[in-house]
Amino acid sequence: MSGLVRRDVRVEGVVQGVGFRPFVYSLATRLGLAGRVGNDAGGVFVEIEGPRAGVDAFLLALERDAPPLAVIERVTVSAGEPSGASAFSIVGSDGSGPRRALVSPDTATCDDCLAELADPADRRFAYPFINCTNCGPRFTIVRDVPYDRPNTTMAGFAMCAACAAEYHDPADRRFHAQPICCPDCGPRLRLAGPDGTVLPGDPVLPGDPVQETAALLRAGAVVAVKGLGGYHLAVMAADEAAVSALRARKHREDRPFAVMVPGLAEAAQLCDVDAAAAALLTDRARPIVLLPRRDGTPVASSVAPSVAPGDRSLGVMLPYTPLHHLLLAAVSAPIVLTSGNVSDEPIAYDDADAFGRLSGVADAFLTHDRPIHVRVDDSVVCSPALSPGGRELVVRRARGLVPQPVRLSRPAARPILACGAELKNTFCLVKGRHAIMSHHIGDLENYETMRSFVTGVDHFTRLFDVRPELVAHDLHPEYLSTKHALEMLGVDLIGVQHHHAHIASCLADNDEEGPVIGVAFDGLGYGTDGTLWGGEFLLADLVSFERLGHLAPVPMPGGTAAIRQPWRMAAVYLDVAYDAAPPPGLEVARRNSPRWANVVGLARAGVNSPATSSAGRLFDAVSALLGVRDTITYEGQAAVELEQRADPGERGAYPAAFSDGRPFQVVAAGLVLAAAEDLRAGAAPAVIAARFHNGLADVVAEGCERLRQSTGVSSVALSGGVFQNRLLLGRAVERLTARGFRVLTHRRVPAGDGGISLGQAAVAAATDRG
Amino acid sequence: LAHGAGGKATHSLIDAVFLDAFRNPLLEPLGDGAHIGETAFTTDSFVVTPLFFPGGDIGDLAVNGTVNDLAMCGARPRHLSAAFILEEGFPVAHLRRITASMAAAAQAAGVQIVTGDTKVVERGKADGCYIITSGVGTLDRPARLSAAAARPGDAVIVSGPIGEHGITIMLARGELDIEADLTSDTAPLADLAAGLLDACDDGQVRCLRDATRGGVATVLNEIAEASKVAIIVNEDIIPVRPDVRGACELLGIDPLYVACEGRMVAVVARECAETALAALHEHPLGRDAAIVGQVNDDPPGLVLLKTTFGGTRIVDLLVGDPLPRIC
Ligand SMILES: [Fe+3]
Ligand SMILES: [Mg+2]
Ligand SMILES: [Zn+2]
Ligand SMILES: [Zn+2]
Repeated sequence: MSGLVRRDVRVEGVVQGVGFRPFVYSLATRLGLAGRVGNDAGGVFVEIEGPRAGVDAFLLALERDAPPLAVIERVTVSAGEPSGASAFSIVGSDGSGPRRALVSPDTATCDDCLAELADPADRRFAYPFINCTNCGPRFTIVRDVPYDRPNTTMAGFAMCAACAAEYHDPADRRFHAQPICCPDCGPRLRLAGPDGTVLPGDPVLPGDPVQETAALLRAGAVVAVKGLGGYHLAVMAADEAAVSALRARKHREDRPFAVMVPGLAEAAQLCDVDAAAAALLTDRARPIVLLPRRDGTPVASSVAPSVAPGDRSLGVMLPYTPLHHLLLAAVSAPIVLTSGNVSDEPIAYDDADAFGRLSGVADAFLTHDRPIHVRVDDSVVCSPALSPGGRELVVRRARGLVPQPVRLSRPAARPILACGAELKNTFCLVKGRHAIMSHHIGDLENYETMRSFVTGVDHFTRLFDVRPELVAHDLHPEYLSTKHALEMLGVDLIGVQHHHAHIASCLADNDEEGPVIGVAFDGLGYGTDGTLWGGEFLLADLVSFERLGHLAPVPMPGGTAAIRQPWRMAAVYLDVAYDAAPPPGLEVARRNSPRWANVVGLARAGVNSPATSSAGRLFDAVSALLGVRDTITYEGQAAVELEQRADPGERGAYPAAFSDGRPFQVVAAGLVLAAAEDLRAGAAPAVIAARFHNGLADVVAEGCERLRQSTGVSSVALSGGVFQNRLLLGRAVERLTARGFRVLTHRRVPAGDGGISLGQAAVAAATDRG
Repeated sequence: LAHGAGGKATHSLIDAVFLDAFRNPLLEPLGDGAHIGETAFTTDSFVVTPLFFPGGDIGDLAVNGTVNDLAMCGARPRHLSAAFILEEGFPVAHLRRITASMAAAAQAAGVQIVTGDTKVVERGKADGCYIITSGVGTLDRPARLSAAAARPGDAVIVSGPIGEHGITIMLARGELDIEADLTSDTAPLADLAAGLLDACDDGQVRCLRDATRGGVATVLNEIAEASKVAIIVNEDIIPVRPDVRGACELLGIDPLYVACEGRMVAVVARECAETALAALHEHPLGRDAAIVGQVNDDPPGLVLLKTTFGGTRIVDLLVGDPLPRIC
């Protein structure tokens, strides 16, 4: 029949498990068109036919009106011969063919589901596993693609008739919602003792496990709660004794805990929540959001002092699973919800393992029988109110954000694996223009974590059908991620210098290619000269870099010991600043007197004292000098606490001299000297800390100015873990902007080593293009 | 340059250059010594700064080193050769001191030094005195010890407190003004090893290794790799003297990687672990011996350390000198 056209449409991106097919179905039937839609490993395919005007309207609406969780990356349309079909249908999934569909991140319970959860008349009333096409578990339960129930950890739950009817009804909100379930057919909660014995509230006993858990929490217990990507440990946030007990049992001395609050109103009682912060808190990724605390108000007492000691900000999140909603409604107060682990171990996610590892920590376990396939931590985002330019900073990229790809400015010639760094490891796969970063894996020296890395790489390559041909790695020969890369067979290898990767990560995060003046400040990374870098001014693009400036190297007496004991860096910097004759009477020397002289001797003799230009170690020195932190219990602690201590109102700045030459050197000991002199003169540590931050921001601006003059480049990228320091970042951006620089900072990807894999991937892709 | 630290770089050097050039069935196991019929044969070169240190000098080090390599093959050490490379101007008095301690060490170990050689090189071409010793021993027992013989379930024993030699040497260089009551652990292990082998049934002792360069960590990695097994050790049980621990803490060095010259690692069948330990305890050099861990099947080739807080850390073979990895 004339006037009829047919189009074969392919839609790529995050289009599976997000209600795309029902959306297409209802769109097509509304327009009176015929054809079919289905999932395959490449995404969604549509065959659509009917009058030209209707087909055109269909194609227009396909992208414009796509469901909320869909991320459309490419739509390809080709003309075909109308088949004469008279109806539109949805076809089943096809497991064959190349796997190109993207799995969507786990998504917070939607409003529709919440309404049902609270409706006594609904058949899923108070059911802790309610979900639909627009919300629920995804990445953490997917075992394989295509995204279909048998390929998820819901495979063991056979749908009841009622659920099956919804699942097969294209008009239903749960049409093809793979984790669909209800109290009759789905997972069940269980409240158990550490030895696995059933506690009151288990379904076989009278009572409600959620209410019983709330009662336990109110009585001061530590309860392990199975979440989306692993177990959390929960205590009432107001209960100082319980919070301290949790710290002691977890062997976590100082690092702040995050809290979960019932809703935005409760968040606003604890912290300043502006519109941007509210948007982050209620984002469907539901990250932990670092917010400025409202201290001094009476409600602040609902968070005990040892939740986040000495921190002006607080990590807050809202409930993101139905179970969390029920639990928070039951306790109706903030709870500490911290990763279920001991010391530096990764978060427990396997049930048997969790009972084994957490039995000495948790008094009870609120668990269930839906397995977690991938261990994923909570994401952490810094609120715009705390960061310069009103922009959020992703500190940890994990649950809810992964595996959303970062789109590269140009496609890679070959599939790439970037192995990332050693600490806060992530890895990254590249396929075409997709850079798919893994979730936060952790510190690889830990065996469990290293295993997550290996199995994670395996899982991602299968899930996204990437067989890496080019493998990028750090230059540090002892990084386990480097060793992993070097042991891979049949691939080409590319080593990417750590700070080049930081800057490239920032470029890729901003969809740019450089050249740019890259300021990479961090703890340390292996330099091309075999020394440890970390206070670097680079001229860089995605392919290459030149080291044009850096902090003057100082010895790190005792290597790793100097990282764990910031006072050693104070000893070194004071020795340099005062030309081997520091004034007597400095408190930091007195506090560490038994070993102070030995450590200075170690540094002077160069015994196990590798040289470093690290900015992080400079922070350590000042932190110890001011008595903020002599030894640390978690990475970056001395710098974090120094930032918290600094008086944001102070505008004074210490000076640092620059040496000429290429590369130039910054005599950072000058900052330490000025700080020590101020301290001796009786200045307040808060003022000194601020002047140090401001002085270092001047160093950033001055260094960039020098490089602008010698290179003509006036764009600056700021990266490295030190730029997770909001005060320094703010001051640096302020100064650079005032001098007319265009400044790139991180947005979606951490500035710290969690972002390294993206930088490695970007460098590898750009280098491979030639 | 990094090729001396006893880590991965040394291994790749050995594989790439020496094994490639000299390949033969006797060399290939790359044990501490070769078995030729009923004879064990080994050689070792000694380079140490300073030449004299608390608890010993390069002389007894050169004797004990080769004696221990033979003992680790399960052999009874018999005869040694000694070759000297001396820098022009090296004081004769020092040489006398060295040879005297060699003689004493040989007597203590029950071996004879039966042949030797001396070369003098120009000033600046050598650092005082280098010694190369070779040794032969007799294989009196059927024991076939091998780094590849560890089996899941086996116990891992360390014969005494670790790290004393390496830390003593570091402190003896005089660059640091550190007070520590430490002496080198240099000692002949042949008696201790023989006592252990006698106490256990044939085949129950799988492997003996003296933990010299690269320390216990390196030896354990070699065994894990050769036997394709996992070795799990317990941080809290590994014997370390407080002075060594204190110095290691100050220097920022992990005692697991510090050289010993009179300590061995033994892998023994689970069922004879207690017997083996008792046998070691009877000998003065084994008084502080301890079962520090065990062999598992998974993950093959890796050494894992259970830390005080219940964590599990990978104890890897170092590629070169240890450099911090923390960003
Ligand atoms: Fe870094
Ligand atoms: Mg030897
Ligand atoms: Zn929903
Ligand atoms: Zn059901």
